[in-house]
Amino acid sequence: MNLLRSLLATLLLSAAMNTHAAIEIQKFDDPEKQAAYKSLIAELRCLVCQNQNLADSNAELAVDLRNEVFKMLDTGSTQQEIADFMVARYGDFVLYRPPVQSNTIVLWVGPFLILIFALGLAIFLVRRQLIKNQNNDDDAEEESV
Amino acid sequence: MKIRFLIPLFIFGLIAVFLGVGLKLDPREVPSPLIGKPAPSFSLPALSDPARVITPEDFKGKVWLMNVWATWCVSCRAEHETLVELERLNVAPIIGLNYKDENDAAKNWLQELGNPYLANAVDADGRIAIDYGVYGAPETYIIDKQGIIRHKHIGPVTPEIVNKTIIPMVTELRKPS
Repeated sequence: MNLLRSLLATLLLSAAMNTHAAIEIQKFDDPEKQAAYKSLIAELRCLVCQNQNLADSNAELAVDLRNEVFKMLDTGSTQQEIADFMVARYGDFVLYRPPVQSNTIVLWVGPFLILIFALGLAIFLVRRQLIKNQNNDDDAEEESV
Repeated sequence: MKIRFLIPLFIFGLIAVFLGVGLKLDPREVPSPLIGKPAPSFSLPALSDPARVITPEDFKGKVWLMNVWATWCVSCRAEHETLVELERLNVAPIIGLNYKDENDAAKNWLQELGNPYLANAVDADGRIAIDYGVYGAPETYIIDKQGIIRHKHIGPVTPEIVNKTIIPMVTELRKPS
């Protein structure tokens, strides 16, 4: 019971950690642009602190890139245009969600393939063991008869 | 000996190969998508004379290096001697992109430590550096006669990099096409 409670506490605490944001707050008058801004800075990687997105990072480059996103949205660029802008300069790595293309197909599909392979192997081995047990039981029966 | 007993050894060998290759790579390095693309245009004031404007078009027809640096950047201080030496060898003109820096600090720095730059473009707000995909100074670009970026070196330039990468590439690019 104690283990369960401490596990639950850990889970809740780690969820709470994700709500911190960077210091300056950019506000749009237009709620759609605000939503677009929030979505973009959550999906773009900070290239200095490479495990943080632009929303969480306090690196100077992150500040500059957030400003750039803000400016571009303000002048009417679409989310896709801004994402393309960043990728053109920093490469696919700047996107937290890697695009599905020929060089990332292994990344996307790989885990599923490995899972299917592992399950297949497990089923095969278990069945082989069951058959062996079956044969042993049959042999034992035969002997006792 | 049954072949199947060699399978774990084989799998270990495979993993060891991947580990060996992986240990040589730097996961923090972000390769540039700008290699092979034209150097992004800009129009920035020169450090020595703010009234003078520097653009990459000024260097068309030459093979040149662009070095992104700043006085607040420790690694830039570390590579500075190598750049001064590089300039002395007359390999290629080095154009500095002074990144998010103060003009006075930059000028004093160069006066004290030597100036390897043919010219310095002042990128005060770092906006041009974003166009070049700069994420950590120092970064050095090799740009060919047509203004195409051919190579980007991330991190300080060392004598080894000069000998292994910069000099061979510049020599190659300098050949008349």
